[in-house]
Amino acid sequence: MKKFMPLILLIILIIFPLVIQNAYYQHLMILVFIWVAIGSGWNVIAGFTGQVSFGDAAFFGTGAYTAGLLAHHFQISAWWGMAFGGIMAMAVAFPFGWICFRLRGAYFALASLALNEVCRHIATIAEPLTQGMVGILIMPTFVSKIPYYYIAFVLAVISVVFVQVVMQSKWGYYFLSIREDQDAAESLGIDTHRYKMVSLNIAAFLTGMAGALFMNYMGFIDPEVVFSLHDISIMAILVGIVGGVGTIYGPAVGAFVMVGVHEFFRTGFFGFFKGMAALTGSDFLNVAAKYISHAHVLGFGILVVLVILYLPNGIVGDWNKLIGRFFSITKKEAAT
Amino acid sequence: MILFEIKNLVKHFGGLAAVNDVSFQVEKGEIFGLIGPNGSGKTTIFNCISNYYPVTSGSISFKDQNITGMKTNKICKIGIGRTFQVVKPLGRLSVLDNVIAAAFSKVQTKQEARDVAMEILEFCGLSHRKEVIAKSLPIGERKRLEITRAMATRPELLLLDETAAGLNPTELDDAIDLIKKIRDKGVTIIIVEHIMKVIMSISDRIHAINFGQTIAEGIPKEVSNNRAVIEAYLGEEYAQG
Ligand SMILES: Nc1ncnc2c1ncn2[C@@H]1O[C@H](COP(=O)(O)OP(=O)(O)O)[C@@H](O)[C@H]1O
Ligand SMILES: [Mg+2]
Repeated sequence: MKKFMPLILLIILIIFPLVIQNAYYQHLMILVFIWVAIGSGWNVIAGFTGQVSFGDAAFFGTGAYTAGLLAHHFQISAWWGMAFGGIMAMAVAFPFGWICFRLRGAYFALASLALNEVCRHIATIAEPLTQGMVGILIMPTFVSKIPYYYIAFVLAVISVVFVQVVMQSKWGYYFLSIREDQDAAESLGIDTHRYKMVSLNIAAFLTGMAGALFMNYMGFIDPEVVFSLHDISIMAILVGIVGGVGTIYGPAVGAFVMVGVHEFFRTGFFGFFKGMAALTGSDFLNVAAKYISHAHVLGFGILVVLVILYLPNGIVGDWNKLIGRFFSITKKEAAT
Repeated sequence: MILFEIKNLVKHFGGLAAVNDVSFQVEKGEIFGLIGPNGSGKTTIFNCISNYYPVTSGSISFKDQNITGMKTNKICKIGIGRTFQVVKPLGRLSVLDNVIAAAFSKVQTKQEARDVAMEILEFCGLSHRKEVIAKSLPIGERKRLEITRAMATRPELLLLDETAAGLNPTELDDAIDLIKKIRDKGVTIIIVEHIMKVIMSISDRIHAINFGQTIAEGIPKEVSNNRAVIEAYLGEEYAQG
């Protein structure tokens, strides 16, 4: 049964947009797929290689801008950005990693945070190139969401499968060795600097592609959106942590949960507060509804605390524990 | 034939001369013992050889090639394996995966690496523990894993840093057997050891240091009768047996 799970899931996801015609749910699933790719990338560098990065937005934004600028300046289809976006993200990752992988642990994390901010500022200031805060607007290719759905789906599947293949190879073993003990890894003949670079570039490529897809799909980007620290970099970390750091399927599960949570807050608990406000005519609830939708960062914080306390290995990593707990609760209920 | 040589090695930590002008040569195929009281600089010599930190002065050569300042991972690649006194298992990986990771230094595919790992695990007597997560091994087996992992990189020269410390008498005998077996395979060994029973019984030659300086070198019998050595080091411990 467990062996067929991925296959069954794939089939469900393939027929999903044909059955669920509601554009809103299709939109959410597209976001989930984009986050699967980003989360998988983050998981390679942070989860498997142990180099926690706060800089994913730098790669995401670079990918998105590559796609957008190709279309904007050269009238080249933004879909070319899918390939070039990944490569440009690697072009950012390469010098950054070359210099900053001399730093270990928290210092590297801080450097990646700085990379994020530097990229955002460049995109804001370089107006002749990027139009700064005005952002980049391109004509969407498709009216229907279904083509985007399948493209995003393929990107997500490729990301997960690619990471799985990598982790079964020499590279994967080297990444894990670096995570577990960098000194031991060196003594085993592992060029830790080089393989950290490989790992970061894989992450950058996947994240850059996701960024390029985002540009194509949304049709509009600006520096605040695609280089956002909390909406991209922190979200990537959350996808990784909630799903399960260092597990192959963790990012997929994490993406699904986190897009849901994000949406839950953005819509004010799926419109619960607005509805209640309309029902009771309470000004207080109306104001609360407005604030709640801005409070998703706070919500993320609470979620992280809960996950770290109760599921330190994430949903996938602690799956058996989760199931065990669920059954013990239902058993107790049955007994009473 | 001289396989390995250290010439006038000096290593300062701030004002402290942890290693002060040490020279020795190691013949191919021998077990070369390196002894000295705690803090005399043995581990520091190993760390200089594998370039965990740069030497202050002096040179290190292996197979007539000057390897001073060569990158740590490169040093493993050219055939010098090592273990750590404070063991460094890849904690959350299984014993087998620890050894596979090491085996990749000489082969490319997973299948080859796995084959090498299985063979070395068998050779080192750890194959019955291959599925165990490394950090849950008891100390004796962790030390053995250090040796197994180093062996999986197919070294010509193996540096063993107190791999017998903390073992019970049975494990100790097993460790001695293993070290001899490794030598019989043609691997040259430099061994740092505190336990005299081990070092005296297996070393072909011994080099003794104190306060980072050479005090004696020779076959075990000569060294154990050397006045400076007895005073510096053997005085208490060897007398007690
Ligand atoms: N990384 C280091 N920084 C500063 N001092 C060190 C360092 N490593 C070792 N030392 C010092 O160098 C001396 C030799 O240590 P070590 O080589 O570990 O001795 P041994 O292995 O013979 O017991 C000791 O005085 C120790 O405190
Ligand atoms: Mg020592």
